[in-house]
Amino acid sequence: MAYVAIADQEHELHDPHSFVTKYIWSQDHKVIAIQYSVTAIVMGLFGMGLSMLMRLQLAYPDTFSFITPNAYYQHVTMHGMIMVIYLLTALFLGGFGNYLIPLMCGARDMVFPFMNMLSYWMYLLSVFLLMTSYFVPGGPTGAGWTLYPPQSILPGTPGFDWGIIMMLASLAVFIIAFTMGGLNYITTVLQARCRGMTLMRMPLSVWGIFVATIVGLLAFPALFVSAVMVGLDRLVGTSFFMPAILSAGQNLDYQGGSPLLFQHLFWFFGHPEVYIVALPVFGIVSDLLSCHARKNIFGYRMMVWAIVAIAALSFVVWAHHMFVSGMNPYFGFFFATTTLIIAIPTAIKVYNWVLTLWRGNIRYTVPMLFAIGFIFTFTNGGLTGLFLGNVTVDLPLSDTYFVVAHFHMVMGVSPVLVLFGAVYHWFPKITGKMFNENLARWHFWLTLLGTYAVYLPMHYIGILGVPRRYYATLGASFIPDSVQTVNVNITIAALTVAAAQSLFFINVIWSLMKGKPAGSNPWNATTLEWQTPDTPPKHGNWGPKLPEVYRWAYDYSVPGHSQDFIPQNEPPSSHSATASEHGRH
Amino acid sequence: MSENTAALPEGLPGVVGDWASDKQTFFVSWGKAMMWIFLLSDTFIFTCFLTGYMHVRYSTTVPWPNPSEVFALTIAGHSIPLILIAIMTFILITSSGTMAMAVNNGYRRNRGKAALFMLITALLGASFVGMQAFEWSKLILEEGIRPWGNPLGAAQFGASFFMITGFHGFHVSVGVLYLAIVAFKVWRGHYERRGYEIVEIAGLYWHFVDLVWVFIFAFFYLW
Repeated sequence: MAYVAIADQEHELHDPHSFVTKYIWSQDHKVIAIQYSVTAIVMGLFGMGLSMLMRLQLAYPDTFSFITPNAYYQHVTMHGMIMVIYLLTALFLGGFGNYLIPLMCGARDMVFPFMNMLSYWMYLLSVFLLMTSYFVPGGPTGAGWTLYPPQSILPGTPGFDWGIIMMLASLAVFIIAFTMGGLNYITTVLQARCRGMTLMRMPLSVWGIFVATIVGLLAFPALFVSAVMVGLDRLVGTSFFMPAILSAGQNLDYQGGSPLLFQHLFWFFGHPEVYIVALPVFGIVSDLLSCHARKNIFGYRMMVWAIVAIAALSFVVWAHHMFVSGMNPYFGFFFATTTLIIAIPTAIKVYNWVLTLWRGNIRYTVPMLFAIGFIFTFTNGGLTGLFLGNVTVDLPLSDTYFVVAHFHMVMGVSPVLVLFGAVYHWFPKITGKMFNENLARWHFWLTLLGTYAVYLPMHYIGILGVPRRYYATLGASFIPDSVQTVNVNITIAALTVAAAQSLFFINVIWSLMKGKPAGSNPWNATTLEWQTPDTPPKHGNWGPKLPEVYRWAYDYSVPGHSQDFIPQNEPPSSHSATASEHGRH
Repeated sequence: MSENTAALPEGLPGVVGDWASDKQTFFVSWGKAMMWIFLLSDTFIFTCFLTGYMHVRYSTTVPWPNPSEVFALTIAGHSIPLILIAIMTFILITSSGTMAMAVNNGYRRNRGKAALFMLITALLGASFVGMQAFEWSKLILEEGIRPWGNPLGAAQFGASFFMITGFHGFHVSVGVLYLAIVAFKVWRGHYERRGYEIVEIAGLYWHFVDLVWVFIFAFFYLW
């Protein structure tokens, strides 16, 4: 009996009829993607506001009476958690994952649209729970985004009584939301591709999002478990992470727990989390570079295997966050080695991006600018990672601004640059309108140069030994006075970058109202999402017939072809054969 | 694989090529693939719980209570170690057997029998949860074991016990509800047109819950 692939079988498409089912309780992956993205960007703006408050305090201590020490720690904590989880994870997987996977794989929707919808609403609930912590007694938790017990649940830490509970509850709900979405993304990539779309023909964006989702499904359980256990320690009085401890002269009822266990569990999630954010970024930037350089991606297979290798290695490096925690030094040796091994697949990717540009027909479009900015920033951040990955170098640098500069370069600025590049790249497809090129260029240059003005000096003051997370350094003798001048400069740069983001929102609003119609494929891209019959794509994406794919995603500037790109769904007969039609790509 | 695809190479490249072929990687339905992936993720949750338990068991400063004494029942004047847990384990493994028979009957399209076996499975699961409730209340009321401490030794004993068996018991309870709903729909003939793979998907979840129990049994009660 002939096996009919499930994607080809008849499926009922429940077309939405009313405004509510179309835009609010929507099961369409494109609408859900936009809901996810808008919520995440609102959270990102909030997180950015918190970082501005921190910068104001650091540059002008004793000036702002509303930034108390407690408030400062709460800002640090909420800024970190919001940016990592509620902005970057939600945006790249919930936003871009939802939008791109079905369109790039040639599917009509996610495999379980209802669950996909629930995923967004659970995410919104987790955001709601997180924000509720501003309205509970004591305010949000100020334990730092790592939430290390014992201090996160002991008096003296802001929000130790209610804020930490709201944070843990919010994280647990977020993980449930992510699981429902993630199961959809993986199953859609594995089981619902269109005819001809083999795994090795998928655009790297899909590969990055796909592998990042697998990493997430295996790493978030550790966060879930540690959240449950901290919650029990706090609410029920168990002693998982709590040793016998004196607090404010009182002997607490805890005994015999292990604070190190929390760090292991947290970083078993925390380090893969870096790659949950980074892998979609790697994938998306590969597509941006290839498309706007009019050249096939260099070493596609190596790019795929590098993504898979990075994902696998990301699970065996977690304790490099714990070199100063007092664990066995032999662990440090092991984890330093694995950490430096990750540099190999990562370097392969950077070289391949550069080689993709080499002798390409580069167009300095806005997405391309952001993609090139990403290569520089990511390389900078990666190089300081080599310093911090070595135990002996890490020990003096640990918990200084050098670390802050490192991870902001590599996992803050780099993903955000790609995030903007990707929004500008797909904006014409999502809205059907073209954005304003000049505004977008201003946005790019202010953001790129501004973030360098913020983070390059931070490396320097970190090497001087200025500790991070401090409300004020109170004229410590080892810190030269010039650090204050540097801090003022950093803050001015940071305020400029923050203000520059308004250009992005002005651009989006202006373009939605007055932008020129974009046409279906303004960048002359090959991938399937640009070949939809309607722009923006309608419910069901493809009209009556699913697309068929005949080639990989990178047939740019093929010799002997009239156009400099060949869409993935163009049959081979219409032009001379290309390399990609032979063999298995 | 469709018929117009070239023959696969031998060995590992063949496996990779097969998995990477167009449309779908595994020749199973979407729901079944998704259940497998979910169970993989859930495995990591239980692994983290059990690893955390082992870690605190090693790091705690007070001796660990002896499980075979704690979990003994006195029946007719004799103290029999682990007897209740043995019965509970036996029931849960039996329920995996009845679940398999439900799956078999589902594919044979005996929908009455399939629903019946699913219901038996759910009842066995419910009796497991009932016995767990009995075990909990005995430990709490008679032995004085609390999550924050106990008279027998390390405080982490009670904490790990209630957390891990509680989380597993929650899984069993959800499974009982899930099975009951699917059994009801099977009995109503809801899946006549689509086929009875749903029974197998529910079964995957049930076998997983059963398998996890074996690990909890080994690592918590027998160690």
